[in-house]
Amino acid sequence: MNHENSKNFRADVPLDIARWGLPSTYDVSLKRDSDDIFEDSKVLVNIGPTHPAMHGAFRCMAKLNGEVIEKSLCEFGYTHRAKEKLGENRTYHQFVVYTDRLNYCSALANNVAYAMSVERLMGIEVPERAIWIRMMCAELARVIDHLICIGINAVDLGAFSYFLYGYHQRERAYTLIEKLCGARLTTSYTRIGGLMADAPEGWEREVKEWVKETRDVIEEMDRLLTENRIWLKRTKGVAVFGKEDCLKYSYSGPNARAAGVDIDLRRDQPCMFYNQVEFDVPVAQTGDVFDRYYVRIEEIRQSLNILTQCADRIKKGPIWAEDKRTRIPEKERVFNTMEGLIHHFKFFMTGFDVPAGEAYTPFEAANGELGFYIISKGGPSAHRMRIRSPSFWHYQGLDPMIQGEYIADLVAALGSINVIAGELDR
Amino acid sequence: MNIQKPVPTIYGNWQEKFSAQWSAVIQDLKTGFAEAIEEVLLPESHPVDIPTAFVAKNRAHDLLKQLKEAHGFSFLTDYTASDEGEEKRFHLIIHLMSPQTKARMRLKIRLGENETMSTLIPLWEGANWAEREIFDMFGIRFEGHPDLRRILMDVRWEGHPLRKDYPLRGYQVFLTPEPIDPELFK
Repeated sequence: MNHENSKNFRADVPLDIARWGLPSTYDVSLKRDSDDIFEDSKVLVNIGPTHPAMHGAFRCMAKLNGEVIEKSLCEFGYTHRAKEKLGENRTYHQFVVYTDRLNYCSALANNVAYAMSVERLMGIEVPERAIWIRMMCAELARVIDHLICIGINAVDLGAFSYFLYGYHQRERAYTLIEKLCGARLTTSYTRIGGLMADAPEGWEREVKEWVKETRDVIEEMDRLLTENRIWLKRTKGVAVFGKEDCLKYSYSGPNARAAGVDIDLRRDQPCMFYNQVEFDVPVAQTGDVFDRYYVRIEEIRQSLNILTQCADRIKKGPIWAEDKRTRIPEKERVFNTMEGLIHHFKFFMTGFDVPAGEAYTPFEAANGELGFYIISKGGPSAHRMRIRSPSFWHYQGLDPMIQGEYIADLVAALGSINVIAGELDR
Repeated sequence: MNIQKPVPTIYGNWQEKFSAQWSAVIQDLKTGFAEAIEEVLLPESHPVDIPTAFVAKNRAHDLLKQLKEAHGFSFLTDYTASDEGEEKRFHLIIHLMSPQTKARMRLKIRLGENETMSTLIPLWEGANWAEREIFDMFGIRFEGHPDLRRILMDVRWEGHPLRKDYPLRGYQVFLTPEPIDPELFK
């Protein structure tokens, strides 16, 4: 930028152009930033893989024109752990622990989706109590996943205290999860045909208390940030990804609903007891960062409603399906009878056989459609264990999403689509 | 095995909901692409959850276009492959969903060891990375793909991990980082 008093002020051209020192052949139809002294200087900027704003190990090489991103190349695979290959070489029971490490912000939802997909292949029906607990797990996971997504997104844009409100509730939720299964992050809670352990006495009541608190916190967070002027300027109209783009790039979940794609598998293809609970599906129209943020806020409210309804309707009962193939023997039987010990040994060493067949089981996880496509040829491990992770498809849309945006908005866009490296790389 | 009748409490009864739409679509495809449809597995008679059609490679594009535009299966849910170890070694597996009715379909394309497939990017831009992943994991090449590089493994990696003959243990160590190819930004 040339200053007003600089030498090349020319009186014969209109004032604004003279002030900017533009050549006479300047094409005014191009949208340019007058303050950008690096205009037309092409710079390659490497963001990641260990940049704090990248939320995990992935990398974005951006080619900048001044401050505007012209093209970007997204790279990932730094946390590739060959989960699909492991799925072909581990038994169905052993694979449960690998599903935690997919979307580690909402490990419970992955457990639930995986257990459901294998049960579907085997034709096992889980008892009612187990289904209600699983639904509560899935919704709890959705709430904490959304809390971390909107919190981190706000941290990246400078609203640090906002994040702590959500994180506090998230820690409380982890305590609830710890009471359920003994672990906080990597839960491995579900088993094929049942659950690792029953929910402790009074767990539903504690969840309801937590829901009540979280409702207040969400209202507070909403008041704190949503109408903040700086937040609106940084998010409204930034990184717009419209409905057409969403369908082209197979977006699902809250990112697609933010652009007006009215699909929620919980409502449209209800599995478990989702057809027996009442909830609304928030849909926005524009598909910018703000919409993705606000759809998540609304979804948290809806999930809290579902949690209350589940907690009200959950009843005492068995948590294991009456199926000899998948039922893990009771410890008392294992330690006291020979048959029980053999059963235990066979279950954990060789696993159970799943009949030949194939099934694709989608589940509305926190980020979108999480699908397990299992081809079984009989035997204790899958022939092909495909994990359709929503982040893989969301991250692919990042390049068209940020073309023509400022480099600072890349951080906003990436935080808003909530790409989780564990799920992306598998 | 009762995958033919999925347990309703665990999972919504797809077959009841979508059987009319499925049979209409399959009927239409069988008349329009009689020579291209090799085999159709139906949930009534086979252990599959949704209709699975084996499609000839050369007509796959037209058939997918027909499915996308005439039948509303415009959402590419998943695009992957599997190593079957038969004479035609690989199956390309395409999952489609109709955003209106939420019905799902599965298409499979048989490919031999060194056969290539034409890219699906003209139909769905999102197929780009899915195809890169299939190339990375199975070594199947896609004609007309603009940027067929490895996506999860290092670009210098040898072998395709999800092939059944790929070893489970072994190391490939790269001591220097591989800088990104500047040609990609042109």
